Amino acid sequence: MGLKDFFKTRQLKKAAKLQNGTANANGQDLKAQPPDELLCTLWTKCQGCNELLYTSELKKNLSVCKHCGFHHRLSAQERIDQLIDYGSFIEINENILPDDPLNFVDLKPYKNRLNEAQKTSGVKEAIITGLGSINNQLTAIGVMEFQYIGGSMGSVVGEKIVSLIENAIDKRLPLVLISSSGGARMHEGILSLMQMAKTAGALKKLHEAKLLYISILTEPTFGGVTASFAMLGDILIAEPHARIGFAGRRVIEETIRQKLPKDFQTAEYLLENGQIDLVVPRPNLKQHISDLIRLHSQNTKKSFSGNGIDKTMIDKILARI
Amino acid sequence: MKETKKDFIALDFEKPLIALSKQINELEQKTLQNGNKKVVNDLKNQYAKVKSQIYKDLSPLDRVKIARHPQRPYPLDYIQLISPTWHELHGDREGKDDGAIIGGLIEIEGQTIMAIGTQKGRNIKENQKRNFGMPSPEGYRKALRLFYHAEKFNFPILTFIDTPGAYPGLEAEAHNQSHAIAMNLRELAGLTVPVIAVITGEGGSGGALAIGVANRILMLENSVYSVISPEGCAAILWRTKDKVQEAANALKITAYDLYKLRIIDEIIPEVEGGAHYNPKETSEQLLIAVKKHLEELSRLSSNEIKKDRQEKFRNIGIFVNA
Repeated sequence: MGLKDFFKTRQLKKAAKLQNGTANANGQDLKAQPPDELLCTLWTKCQGCNELLYTSELKKNLSVCKHCGFHHRLSAQERIDQLIDYGSFIEINENILPDDPLNFVDLKPYKNRLNEAQKTSGVKEAIITGLGSINNQLTAIGVMEFQYIGGSMGSVVGEKIVSLIENAIDKRLPLVLISSSGGARMHEGILSLMQMAKTAGALKKLHEAKLLYISILTEPTFGGVTASFAMLGDILIAEPHARIGFAGRRVIEETIRQKLPKDFQTAEYLLENGQIDLVVPRPNLKQHISDLIRLHSQNTKKSFSGNGIDKTMIDKILARI
Repeated sequence: MKETKKDFIALDFEKPLIALSKQINELEQKTLQNGNKKVVNDLKNQYAKVKSQIYKDLSPLDRVKIARHPQRPYPLDYIQLISPTWHELHGDREGKDDGAIIGGLIEIEGQTIMAIGTQKGRNIKENQKRNFGMPSPEGYRKALRLFYHAEKFNFPILTFIDTPGAYPGLEAEAHNQSHAIAMNLRELAGLTVPVIAVITGEGGSGGALAIGVANRILMLENSVYSVISPEGCAAILWRTKDKVQEAANALKITAYDLYKLRIIDEIIPEVEGGAHYNPKETSEQLLIAVKKHLEELSRLSSNEIKKDRQEKFRNIGIFVNA
């Protein structure tokens, strides 16, 4: 019996046991699932070293492989759970929903793609925005969801980011945006392109208000997202090995007709080329962000927490911490 | 038959016109000898009909072809046609002068204007310098330097856009194309001088927008402006480059579509068939439109100009607020 088979039998036994209960750790009903799918949810093959990892252990380790350090992609919700103090997150604008302004149809209608994306990702659009505390420091935070049409930016993503920035300015809060996106969403045509200018314009106001913006670049961040709000952070942090760039690797190879170096467009490559401040492994990320926020808030009376914050908002958040 | 002179390169949908004009020429030669003008006149009428029909029913992809026509006037042509002076300013001050971005001072009705544009080349040699109108990060930084210069001396900014997009190359990435574009988007939002952008040919995505965050966005009738080229979109969404026509239709990239979507402020008419048939006339139309918008914007205070631009982009987006 191979190692894999051994694990399989073990898992099947365990699954049988679990089936007597109602749900697994993720709250999913296991009864409906065939054993193979079950196997996939209990074990995850590391995308870095192919090692089989016990899913719940992997999640406990922030989805970083303990063997090779590979950072697996996170859902927006997992990211929020990892970075925001437990129970302190208040989502805003969750009811800004996508439309189909161009009646766009390619191989499928855009409307169908939206429905499917909502089902598979469990979120209504490609970003979750809200207010929450990071090690007790109130922050305006937006996290992109790559599972939702490649984390692409259309009208909703642009509007939610701009509204979040306006909230940050209004309440004098630091801003943290976590990007993971293939770029602008083609299905909304020029409207998507214009979200680049829209988000960058809002960041101009944030900049003039002298508020801190920390941009976290995660695997992968490309195109119109990199070339707008993602690159405009006062501090730019990337996760190890994340691929970040403007044009995609294949497009560049086709254009210049030569093979690109292996590390091209990785976080480490960007760091070497002076494009980002830091590459921070996920387990250190929360502490890093909270340290930076603290360091940026102590020399000036005007910045952050206090001035202009709606008191009920603070109470509401503190009550949940 | 000025339109079908040999020195104009015909596009595929213009082929029926060429056949007709050839017939007309042949007949005209003959009628010179026997004097039967009726047939020629009939043919000429038919020619006019076919011509207006063809140019009336242009598909989005036809307009892409006109926008990319090798003889289409480029920003430097328009600059020289609308301004008595042209003082070009070079370089990003950090090590490069990108030939794909041009900038300099022009005059419109005695007022100094900062003109900035993307510039394609007409031949291989020119394109070595212009890189087919695809700017590098250094080009965008050169533009940014000129934005600041205009802000300092209170010059309105007039940008001309005709680019396939920002250059997708190894060096461009290593020198941070994304950041160069993003900075222009942010800094344009903060200027207090009027900014007018004119799409004269191809408005290629972020590479176009990087000099396109303007108070007024104008488009020549046969220019296009898109988040991605129809070819790129077809390859990604349809998984075949054969579906270019479908992609061009779906993306809504023509001046008429973008006017309906309220992204652009005015469509500048071109002569029938496209600006290359009569650059001078098109440049006159362009100048009329630019003057009109400059006039309107000159009535606003500096802060109002900045606010006008910021609100314009703040309000772009179509979504449901449930």
